[in-house]
Amino acid sequence: MLRRRVIPCLDVANGRVVKGTRFVDLVDEGDPPDLAERYAREGADELVFLDITAAPERRGTLLDIVERTARRAFVPLTVGGGVRSVDDMREVLRAGADKVSLNTAAVADPELVAKCARRFGSQAVVVAIDARARTDGQGGWEVVVKGGREATALDAVAWAQRAVALGAGELLITSMDRDGTRSGYDTALLRAITSRVRVPVIASGGAAGPEHLIAAIRDGGADAVLAASIFHRRIHTIGEVKVALAAAGQPVRLVEAAA
Amino acid sequence: MNPPAVRFAVVDHGAGNLVSIEQALTRIGATVTIARDPHDLTAADALVVPGVGAAAPAMDRLRAQDLVGPVRDWIAADRPYLGICLGLQLLFEGSDEDGAETLGVLAGRTVRLTDAPTLPHIGWNQVERAPGTEHPLFAGIAPGADFYFVHSYAGLPPRGGGDPTIATTTHGASFVSAVARSNLIGVQFHPERSGSDGLRLLANVSALVGAAIGRAAIPA
Repeated sequence: MLRRRVIPCLDVANGRVVKGTRFVDLVDEGDPPDLAERYAREGADELVFLDITAAPERRGTLLDIVERTARRAFVPLTVGGGVRSVDDMREVLRAGADKVSLNTAAVADPELVAKCARRFGSQAVVVAIDARARTDGQGGWEVVVKGGREATALDAVAWAQRAVALGAGELLITSMDRDGTRSGYDTALLRAITSRVRVPVIASGGAAGPEHLIAAIRDGGADAVLAASIFHRRIHTIGEVKVALAAAGQPVRLVEAAA
Repeated sequence: MNPPAVRFAVVDHGAGNLVSIEQALTRIGATVTIARDPHDLTAADALVVPGVGAAAPAMDRLRAQDLVGPVRDWIAADRPYLGICLGLQLLFEGSDEDGAETLGVLAGRTVRLTDAPTLPHIGWNQVERAPGTEHPLFAGIAPGADFYFVHSYAGLPPRGGGDPTIATTTHGASFVSAVARSNLIGVQFHPERSGSDGLRLLANVSALVGAAIGRAAIPA
């Protein structure tokens, strides 16, 4: 049976892992490959690097991090942030990433999803959607881009379905309402999407403890759960979270020697 | 004294991440060259065809590199071959994914996974040895160990005599996750992305290659 995945997300800025609410109050957390290797050893099923600077002049730094990580952490690696073209994606894959996540660039140019999927296969294309609840009384969620700073009026569920039709092999759904709040994933948002697409969905935004990860899978229908601060701050280890998921009846890959 | 390192040639047919397979093989003590034309195969003990994605672009690229004939000849001569994911699927006669005609080394076709709850099949799943088989590929690896998969299609060999299946995995229906026939090995999962069990499996491949080529007879 396919395991539910637990995925630590490493926000990377200027070649370092940073913590803090995205974009503000950044605190240096160390060298990305070091942390990536530790997480892999502790049982991370995959790793996600999110380049939150994503400035074109820093691409070399990001590619160097990806390559150094691929030498040491033998689990799948997804890289997001600043990928705007098929050529950008090729560079990141050649550096050692398995998948690339497209967010703002995919909203701006949906055809980019199709182009990347045709060139590298759907399995390498993750479409990341940052969503927040509509406040205009119509219900549902809207897509926000540029790290949550810009609303698009695009319906998040409709965009998710379109992204899959264009060739996305996986969706990474972040609730901007919950991100950083430690109040749990938005399971209604997740369910609205997982009930309408067949590709795997990764839940993101709001995790504070194992109960939230369990809810994202059980209530939200997520195939994988992504979290950052609970792992970086060592509130929970990946091993602890997996034991809790297993106890709740979820199939997970338990790694021995998770010391 | 350790025997000299086994030399793997990893075929670059343009599908993404070669770094991970190169690094994983390096980690287990093998030497690796990236092969882009027939000349690159000459110094190799074993051929690795990795890759993800669709068959047609990979076959096109192999043709453009003049590698289709040499790869077929390599396998026909029973020299060690490891196909990973797409590199396994290419061994069959054709792919339903895009209608591509593939190498035809193994009977059967590459078909879409049936009854899969999610597609693509992405993540860690259990690799169960086929009944009555105990292939040294899995030496030191627990039965039903988890390996990492990323695919929507899998090879389907015909049942009965000569079936090369040595392991299966279930996602919806059961599908073939590993095959072996003499010095030919194919895995649908990604050992280079499957943590310590994946590295162990690659080390087993390397040991099998070493045995197949009588490595000890070759001076360092």
